[in-house]
Formats: sequence, C-alpha cells, structure tokens
Amino acid sequence: MTLLDVQNLWVKFPTRQGIFDAVRGVSFTLGKERLGIVGESGSGKSMTGRAILRLIRPPGIVEADYIRLEGTNLLDLTEKQMRAVRGQRISMVMQDPKFSLNPVMRIGDQIMEAYLLHNRAGRADARKKSLEMLEAVSIRDAERVMRAYPHEMSGGMGQRIMIAMMLIPDPKILIADEPTSALDVSVQRQVLDIMDALVKERGMGLIFISHDLNLVAEFCDRVLIMYAGRIVEVCDADRLHDAKHPYTRGLLNSLPRLDHPRDRLEVLQRDPAWSDAPSVGTQE
Amino acid sequence: MALSENQTERRPRAPLAPWLKSILVTLSSIAVTMLGLLLITFIIGRVMPIDPVLSIAGERASKEVYEQVYYELGLDKPVIVQFFYYLSDVVRGDFGMSLLNARPVSEDIRRVFPATLELATLGVIMGIVLGVPLGVVAAVRRGSWIDQLARVVALVGYSMPIFWLGLMGLLVFYGILGWVGGPGRLGIFFEDIVPTRTGMILLDSALAGEWAVFRDAFSHIVLPASLLGYYSLAYISRMTRSFMLEQMSAEYVTTARVKGMSERAVIWGHAFRNIRVQLITVIALSYANLLEGSVLTEIIFSWPGIGSYITTALLSADMNAVLGGTVVVGLIFICLNIFSDLLYRVFDPRAK
Ligand SMILES: Nc1ncnc2c1ncn2[C@@H]1O[C@H](COP(=O)(O)OP(=O)(O)O)[C@@H](O)[C@H]1O
Ligand SMILES: [Mg+2]
Repeated sequence: MTLLDVQNLWVKFPTRQGIFDAVRGVSFTLGKERLGIVGESGSGKSMTGRAILRLIRPPGIVEADYIRLEGTNLLDLTEKQMRAVRGQRISMVMQDPKFSLNPVMRIGDQIMEAYLLHNRAGRADARKKSLEMLEAVSIRDAERVMRAYPHEMSGGMGQRIMIAMMLIPDPKILIADEPTSALDVSVQRQVLDIMDALVKERGMGLIFISHDLNLVAEFCDRVLIMYAGRIVEVCDADRLHDAKHPYTRGLLNSLPRLDHPRDRLEVLQRDPAWSDAPSVGTQE
Repeated sequence: MALSENQTERRPRAPLAPWLKSILVTLSSIAVTMLGLLLITFIIGRVMPIDPVLSIAGERASKEVYEQVYYELGLDKPVIVQFFYYLSDVVRGDFGMSLLNARPVSEDIRRVFPATLELATLGVIMGIVLGVPLGVVAAVRRGSWIDQLARVVALVGYSMPIFWLGLMGLLVFYGILGWVGGPGRLGIFFEDIVPTRTGMILLDSALAGEWAVFRDAFSHIVLPASLLGYYSLAYISRMTRSFMLEQMSAEYVTTARVKGMSERAVIWGHAFRNIRVQLITVIALSYANLLEGSVLTEIIFSWPGIGSYITTALLSADMNAVLGGTVVVGLIFICLNIFSDLLYRVFDPRAK
C-alpha cells in the first residue's frame, strides 16, 4: 500500500548566479516500509524531506507533478490544511536535539503542545499521553523529564524526547533526517532501535535520511542513492552490494569493511555525466 | 569516649544553598558598585577647582569665618575620614545644601526626579509598545515594506538631532496645529490644584480624580514623551529585529512548524520566548538612557526634571547638586541592572 507518492520533485533557490536546483526531478514512493535516502552532504536529502512537508521557505521554490499522501496532492492544499498534515500525518525528527528542542520551554510543555495541536483534549489528558509516550521511548523517570529543560538532557535522551514528541499525534509517516549523526556512537544504536520498534508497531512509513551507507543498508528495506539533487540508483538494502551505479559503488568502496580489510580506502571519483543523467524512476 | 570524640569531630561546613549564594553575590556586587560610584563622586568633588568654603562663606569672607566653615565641613580631617563622613551623609539621603538656593539637594531631587520618571516611563512604554511588534514583524517579513519602513524609522531616530526634532515638533504640533500643550508640565490655570503625592502629575491627578488636570498634563507630556519614545523605539525595534532574525533561523522553529503550528504561534509562542531575556536588557538600557539622557528634551520643553536640574547646577558650579544628581542617576542604573539580572534568571532556565 502506497502512503506517499512523489513525482518529479524540484527544489529551487534563486541565487545571484541564477537558479540553483537543490533537488532535480526526484520521484519515489513510500509504503509501510523503511526507505533510506543516502548521499553525500549537499546532495539534496534534507531538502527532499522538507519539501514533502512543504517547509521550504521563500524564496525557495518547490515544484512537482504531485506529492500524494494517501491519494491527496499536498501541493493543492492551503497552508491551513497543510498544518493539519504536519505533525498529525507526516512528522520529522531532525539532526541535533540540542537545537531542535526549544531551550526555554519545559520538555513536558513541548510534548503536550504537539498532542494538543491535533487533539481536542484537556491538559490532564495530554499529560497522561505524554508520560506514556516518554515511557514508550524508554525514558524511565518520565515525570522528572517532563519538568526538565532541554539543556538538562543528554543527546540520546534529547533525541528520544524528539521521537516521542513527533510520534505523539500518531502520524503515518516519519521523516528522520540524520537522527543519530549528532549523537555519541554509544547511544546511536539504542535510539535507532527505539525508533524502529515504534515505527513497526504503529505500521508507519519511515524515510531515513543519512550519509552513512552502512547504517542505511543495515537499517532500511530499500535505499535511494542521491547525487547532486538526483536519485542515481534505487535498490533493496540487502542487495546494495550488487549496486551498479559507479557512484554507489564508489560509496561502497570508500567504506571501511571488517570482512575485507584494505590498506587504503578508495577516493570517490566523480563523473560529471552522473549529475546530468535523469533521475531513476520509481521501482515498486 | 570514642563516641564523644566522634561527635566533636569537625564536620565540613555546610555549603550555602545556591539561591542564598546568588543573592549574596548580587548584594555584594551592588555594594561594591555603589561604593565605587560614591568614591568617584567624592573624588570629583575634591579635585574640582571650586573651593567649597568660599562658595559657602562668600568670596570676601574674613579669615575667621573661613576657618569656621572649614572646620564645619570637616576639611581639616584626613581624606579617608572625609570620605566616611560623605558616605554616612549619602546613606542618610543627605547630599548637602544646594549653593544656588540654599535648600537641601535631596529635597530638590525629590521634586525634580518624579518629573523625569514620568516622562521617561511614558517614553519607554511607547518605545516598547511600538518598537517590539515593529521589530518582530520586520524580522519575520524580512525585506517587505514594513521592514523597509522600520529601517527608515530607526535611521531617522539614530541620525536626527533630538533638539531639532523637538523644536520642529513644538513648532508643528503646538505652534501651528495647536494639538498639544506647550513647554512645561501644566498650563498655568492648572497648577497647584492637585496635592502632590507621587510627584508625577498624571498619577496624582488621576488619584485625585481631577480629570481636567489630567488632560492638561497629558497634552503637555505627550510631545516630549513621544520624542523620547521615538528614540527608544528606534533602538528597541532594531534590536528586536536582529534578535528575532537569529531565532527564526533556529532549528527549534522548524520543529514547531513540523508539529503543525500556525506561523503566529511559532513566532510568539516559540521564537519570541527566546528573545525575552535579551529584550529585557535592551529595554532596561533604553529606560536608563531616557532617565539620565533626556537633558536636551527637558531643556527644549522646559521640563523641570533631573536632567535640566543637573545641567543648571553644573553651569552655576553648584557641586553638591551636581554630585547628588549624579549619585541618584547612578543608583537608577544599578537598580535597573539588578532588575534585568533578576528577570534574566526567571526567563532563562539555563541561567540557574
Ligand atoms: N536557502 C538556500 N539557498 C540556497 N541554497 C540552499 C539553501 N538551502 C539549501 N541549499 C543548498 O541545497 C543543497 C542541498 O541541501 P541539503 O538538502 O540540505 O543537503 P543534504 O543532502 O546534505 O541534506 C545544498 O547544496 C545546499 O547548499
Ligand atoms: Mg541534511
């Protein structure tokens, strides 16, 4: 079942040197699955995620044939209708909880706010839900955390709080934009597992954005490889090592591997022709 | 035996509670600042090439009279002792006699200060009420006509000499249009009607229920207060704009949008909350500036406030009045600083 269907998505930024295309004609679909988007920094991964939520601020421009969420084209919605989509149907977890949580608001208030925006409920009800949600992301002393401020939390705690906050209105799709890149290696795994369990349990679709091919290969069902604003290859995560595109091969070869230790890693060679080739279409 | 030894063993001293410590730190920093201020005014009083004895006893006083005054003032004592005399006088609110009108300086200050307070308070309120929203809108709609307008308003505020604006204001709104009262705090028919309670005429007349007096006082204060308000607005709106620009590009603002919040709620409920601390400092600074820096405005509008009081005293070498006024102005600065510091602690959880 298709949750999200994106066709020919462009994100453009007017600059002094003319229009810069950050995302160039990307098409893909998302079902109840874990879809990875990989690519080097600046390849347009975040802009793709934000364009789906229509969060690209002017003067940035989003164009697409359509972005269908369970059949509705998001591009046809008014801003007000779009607000009902954000949070409630598609949500997003960002890179660094140090910056993505409001530093002067209590954590409890921030989570309850996310719930109350989309539910006709009283504060007591919202509080109860928030506590449950915090426990669902394995936070033990939820009462204390509710009263705390973000700076009192560690990175791993912060990101679990973000996940709780973003899942509390029960969205269908979660976009996780480098959710563990800012975290200590020791807690990355734990945060990913918690997110994974929740996404599965709720039957959600997950778009997992990362620059880490290993992580995506291990964690996702399907992977889009982005290069210079285009999708250069789509493949199943477990068949990643059979990937054909030279860029993907390059990414794979520049990763250190325990099973084939090498003296030196290959430097990624780029071919200008890659960025001119059209995007790879949807493979469903 | 061992037990009692145990009991008398010295325990580590209990650490001070953090809040108590922070209060103590604040209090001692106030004390040090005040002491420094008084030391400076004391030294200024000593090094000024004005003989305090001559200015009391008169230029042609006899030797006996001169010496009598000299001893009365304690000038034969060591300087450090003189400083302590000065300290204890100031602490009791005694700034000495004004040489100009032979009245205690403290009495003069009690009379002129409320006039300044009233003017500056109204000015800063105007500056906040207009400047904060203008700055927020200018930041949120960056590059729009409102942003351009805010820029021009601030530029004029920064570059236009205040006496010129004041005189033009008087000419247009008083001279030509007749919309406002002229110089001074009250029209001549309204003087001495309401009893002095706070010394602020708007407040006193409202308390007494004398609305005719209130209206007249308002028509007199509105122009100078608008002038001060305009300068305050220029500063506050610029600072608000730059604080907001910084916050609006922060990641938590994106989080709030992802939650599905309206733009208005994002701006006021999230971003604005984060600039409150900085804004308080800016407002306190602006207020302090109006309280001590409105000399020109007070002179143009014949406003009998502390600015014109100090200026008059300075021009007639009335040192006690000058120093007394300076201490009061310094005290205001310190108080506003403490006030903004306290609010800082309330509004920023990271400051605890
Ligand atoms: N506001 C903007 N104006 C111009 N260019 C932008 C803007 N925001 C992002 N870009 C550009 O878009 C490209 C894609 O960015 P992004 O999607 O954030 O990359 P990443 O794959 O690292 O997440 C980058 O080259 C970036 O410089
Ligand atoms: Mg990114």
